[in-house]
Amino acid sequence: MSEETPAPLWEVFIRSKRGLAHNHVGSLHAPDAEMALRNARDVYTRRMEGVSIWVVPSAMITASSPDEKDSFFDPAADKPYRHPTFYSIPKEVQQL
Amino acid sequence: MRSKGQIEHDETDVADPRELEFQALIDSDQRIEPRDWMPDGYRKSLIRQIAQHAHSEIVGMQPEGNWITRAPSLRRKAILMAKVQDEAGHGLYLYCAAETLGVDRSELIDLLDQGRQKYSSIFNYPTLTWADVGAIGWLVDGAAITNQIPLCRCSFGPYARAMVRVCKEESFHQRQGFESLYALSHGTTEQHAMAQDAVNRWWWPSVEMLGPPDTESTHSAQSMAWGIKRFSNDELRQRFIDMVAPQAVVLGLTPPDPELRWNEERGHYDFGKPDFEELRRVVGGDGPCNRQRAAHHLKAQEDGAWVRAAAAAYATKHPAASAAA
Repeated sequence: MSEETPAPLWEVFIRSKRGLAHNHVGSLHAPDAEMALRNARDVYTRRMEGVSIWVVPSAMITASSPDEKDSFFDPAADKPYRHPTFYSIPKEVQQL
Repeated sequence: MRSKGQIEHDETDVADPRELEFQALIDSDQRIEPRDWMPDGYRKSLIRQIAQHAHSEIVGMQPEGNWITRAPSLRRKAILMAKVQDEAGHGLYLYCAAETLGVDRSELIDLLDQGRQKYSSIFNYPTLTWADVGAIGWLVDGAAITNQIPLCRCSFGPYARAMVRVCKEESFHQRQGFESLYALSHGTTEQHAMAQDAVNRWWWPSVEMLGPPDTESTHSAQSMAWGIKRFSNDELRQRFIDMVAPQAVVLGLTPPDPELRWNEERGHYDFGKPDFEELRRVVGGDGPCNRQRAAHHLKAQEDGAWVRAAAAAYATKHPAASAAA
């Protein structure tokens, strides 16, 4: 049985209900996209957890590297003025 | 200051800055994700534990699957099929979590079939009567839940997330088992006797499946420091007993432990000493069904080979269907 080539890995994303984005739920092996979808339905939506499924070949995902996460996300670290709480507003203004 | 994670590391281990960062994440109760740097021991330990857990779910389908065709009603049959399907699903969530650590599911399955990785001792016991299905749900799944709930906060993200899904689904497993045993226990004299007999046989193996006593547990201290394990085997065992002992009273069934009684002072149930020698024997391969379970798993793998080959051949012939949807 070891001679078999394992079927490719797919990442599974599920929209749990209308109005929400697809979320990553896990992965599975399947020989093609159609079977990946069917397997995803059986593995990840046995209790109506989804109304839509995406499957993406895992090999197609490009990810940021955790080793450079500090420098990669640095540019946002020193810009508190991007947040509304940075600004002081006179008390008289009730809502802004 | 030495961080908690290094308690078992040798003294020559010069503090690697990456290891310090890793342990700092764990100590501040953050999660480790697959592409983060991690010590080899952490990776190996998790692969071993997650694989064993996945194998347990897969092999665990066998004792219950044994009763699907003979379930006493359509309702019980539908429930049992749903439960066994869930076990397959749980196995897949867990293999998926293990694969994020850089192993392939097929390698793990080969290791299981070669007897180089294990599954839970409990599935080496036979299901002799229909009442065993109820007893498994109530006791075995009860013990599994006790063990699994703390794993939802395990330091490794993919494992913790898989356990959240598993725990949500397991609660149905335990309740259906309890309900089924309750019906038998409150049925005819013969049904009651059958339920009692099942509890007599499954009680101690369930108490033992939470692992060897803390004094003999080989992996515990390091797993605790790494945030993989949160409670010791004996703590989990006490928790399990405290949960099921009062439930047994409601079931009208008597656990086969003459020493089981509420201890007001401790705020816990006292219980007898489990036969850890038996646990060792069963884990070591000499339980009532070890060979049968292993042979069945191998046969299922081999019997399914043509299906996998056909699906692969179809995918090669119809590349359009393989393109990203």
